[in-house]
Amino acid sequence: METLLGIDYPTLWFLVVGGVFSGYAILDGFDFGAGAWHLFFRKELSRRVALNAVGPVWDGNEVWLVIGGGALFAGFPVMYATFFSGLYIPFMLFLMFIIFRAIAIEFRSKEEWLWWRKMWDICYSVSSIMLAFLLGVVMGNVLQGIPIGPDLEYDGSPFLGFLNPYAIITGFTTLFLFMTHGAIYLLLKTEGKLFDKLEGLLKKAIILFIVFFLITSLYTLIYIPHLSDDFKETPALFIIPILTFLSIANIPRLAHKKRFKIAFFFSALTISLMMVLVAIELYPTLLYSTIDPANSITIYNAASSDKSLGISLTMVAIGTPLVLGYTFFVYKTFAGKVKLDDHSY
Amino acid sequence: MDTEILARIQFAFTISFHYIYPPLSIGLGLIMVIMESLWIRTKNEQYHILAKFWTKIFALTFGIGVVTGIVMEFEFGTNWATYSRYVGDIFGSALAAEGIFAFALESGFLGILLFGWNRVKPWVHLVATIGVFLGSMFSAVWIVVANSWQQTPAGYHIVGEGMNARAEITDFWAMVFNPSSVDRLTHTWFAAFLAGAFLVLSVHAYYLIKGRYVVISKMAFKIALGVATIFSLMQLVTGHSSAEGVAVNQPAKLAALEGHYDASGPADLYLFGWVDNETQEVTGIKLPGGLSFLLHQDFDAPVTGLNAFPEEDRPGQVNAVFQFYHIMIAIGMFFIGLTLFACFLWWRGTLFETKWLLKIFVPSVILAQIGNQVGWFAAEMGRQPWVVYGHLRTSEAFSQAVTANQIVFSLVLFFVVYALLLFLFLYLLTKKIKHGPYNEDDNDMEERTFTKEITEQVANTLNS
Repeated sequence: METLLGIDYPTLWFLVVGGVFSGYAILDGFDFGAGAWHLFFRKELSRRVALNAVGPVWDGNEVWLVIGGGALFAGFPVMYATFFSGLYIPFMLFLMFIIFRAIAIEFRSKEEWLWWRKMWDICYSVSSIMLAFLLGVVMGNVLQGIPIGPDLEYDGSPFLGFLNPYAIITGFTTLFLFMTHGAIYLLLKTEGKLFDKLEGLLKKAIILFIVFFLITSLYTLIYIPHLSDDFKETPALFIIPILTFLSIANIPRLAHKKRFKIAFFFSALTISLMMVLVAIELYPTLLYSTIDPANSITIYNAASSDKSLGISLTMVAIGTPLVLGYTFFVYKTFAGKVKLDDHSY
Repeated sequence: MDTEILARIQFAFTISFHYIYPPLSIGLGLIMVIMESLWIRTKNEQYHILAKFWTKIFALTFGIGVVTGIVMEFEFGTNWATYSRYVGDIFGSALAAEGIFAFALESGFLGILLFGWNRVKPWVHLVATIGVFLGSMFSAVWIVVANSWQQTPAGYHIVGEGMNARAEITDFWAMVFNPSSVDRLTHTWFAAFLAGAFLVLSVHAYYLIKGRYVVISKMAFKIALGVATIFSLMQLVTGHSSAEGVAVNQPAKLAALEGHYDASGPADLYLFGWVDNETQEVTGIKLPGGLSFLLHQDFDAPVTGLNAFPEEDRPGQVNAVFQFYHIMIAIGMFFIGLTLFACFLWWRGTLFETKWLLKIFVPSVILAQIGNQVGWFAAEMGRQPWVVYGHLRTSEAFSQAVTANQIVFSLVLFFVVYALLLFLFLYLLTKKIKHGPYNEDDNDMEERTFTKEITEQVANTLNS
């Protein structure tokens, strides 16, 4: 098996996929979060400002989902196949809401009629909430495991197999995390009354998030023992959950001091640390089988050939600076508080 | 219905719908780049207004293209899990390359293209427009490469046996430049340019007929006519080259395209016809030995026919493949005639007085769309029964874990949502076209309240 710096290719690709999905969670996380708050704003101007805060960037954020999907397909086709065919219903719903959300953003401002705007406002907000929630639900299923048979195919209930208590809890945790993250983003982009209102909303979101984060942690420790194996073997790894807690605690502290730029950094860091936690809990498993751990999909039985992974790693090495380059350029162009003009939504 | 046919219906439906939009985005991207470059070069504000107008329509097509495209990426996993395992080693890297090299480029610069008019310098905006256009071109590269690999696999070897068999990459560049990639890519690109150009031609022909925005419409019409003429002609070249490639690499598909059954005899070329798969006869108007001549410059040269293949290795819907292919060619030929004639009148200086010709351009945009769709159908149905030509059958490729009911659920959902999307798209497109290129503050340029006569006078003065 080929290695780079002593790390085998499937592990490297595991890091790449994890990195891309972390980037996706941070980026689409704030715009899903911002969307989730949409109906809390009453005035048309507030809604427009909030919508235009994500207007120029949401599409670029979704690129990370496309790259993530491609990365999973390229690196771990067996995982890609079992994962998406096994969790068929939540993914189909996810795709529907992604469509609805995009067209709501695109179409809302195209007519002046009150009912038209109201309809798209609801569409935008509900889709954003459902997308954040579904991402959490899927994550919950990945952590807890799904029924996988010896042929590495999903072997569970076709329609409602994905809904279980743990997935619902992780769904809410993700939703409130994204709503916290989104509120901070909007605080960076707004002024005046909307800004004041968001400060209040942010506090509520943080409390809800912390409560659900604690429930998730306890539930994981008690009911899903296979996830804490690595921590029992290597106690040094406890540094990650401790850092996560510290990072979370920093958000309300900084928000109180009105230092929102740094608060945004810490909400992004929290998302990354939570993804690191997930990565440690799973590695080298990608999809745990609740039927028999021997049927689990790991980075080794799911990986593409070393040749293919090498090609993909080369592409990532070339592509990453480019993607970061134009992401930086776009965010720089639209930095600062939202200013509406005749090209705005 | 069984899972296989449902999965195929779902894929066909979602990809056909998706395929309305990316070609429009690519084609409009090219035209926007031309308009914006002309604006920066000539400082003529009309080009600026045209570029802004078409950017707004572009935004509509792009938005729908993106979301319906995300669906496609995940459908390989949801509905075609066995296929995904089989080709992941190869197809996955092409798809990932599309995300990282192409989609990131176009979506990155899209924000500046749509919202940056007042924020960045004109040349920076032009760079963003070019970025988006190139991104969409590169997207086509990787998607067509991935699809072409399914048609003419190269640069791989098969590992494992039976249900565990899968393709592994051995040579990346051989995979990328597989025998059909270049022909199919250029053919697809040019078809996309035509889709965009014919939309622009249609809208501005409509304005010219109505006597609205005459000056600006003539400018736009000329740009789009130039693009349409060049690429209608170029399609002859790429189309011919594609057919020669199909003859070598996918003989059963070529035989189906022309309804040629004789195992190895000279093949005819049909202008149009009707294929009876039972009697193996084609009724229609033909050039005897025409296909033999096109492929080998000899009317008597043998061409491999469908009967050279076992029944289970041939496309089942020969007549459909034949019809789709011939409709595509007929549309291509019509476009060549139409654009050349329009260019002739342009040279004579009577193009914009020839109302009947402009009237043909208005609905032609539909033909461009039909051409793209049927070309795609012919290519994909002609490949059957294989999903990876010669290796993996479509009947073996769908997801084992997914039930027919699940697919019915998603199919109904997609059908409802896409019907709504299409309705909204057409509604907003029509609205934008009716509103026209000018904003309230552009009124001094070419006022909407101008009567037809005054506009014509201005136009004549400017032209003389």
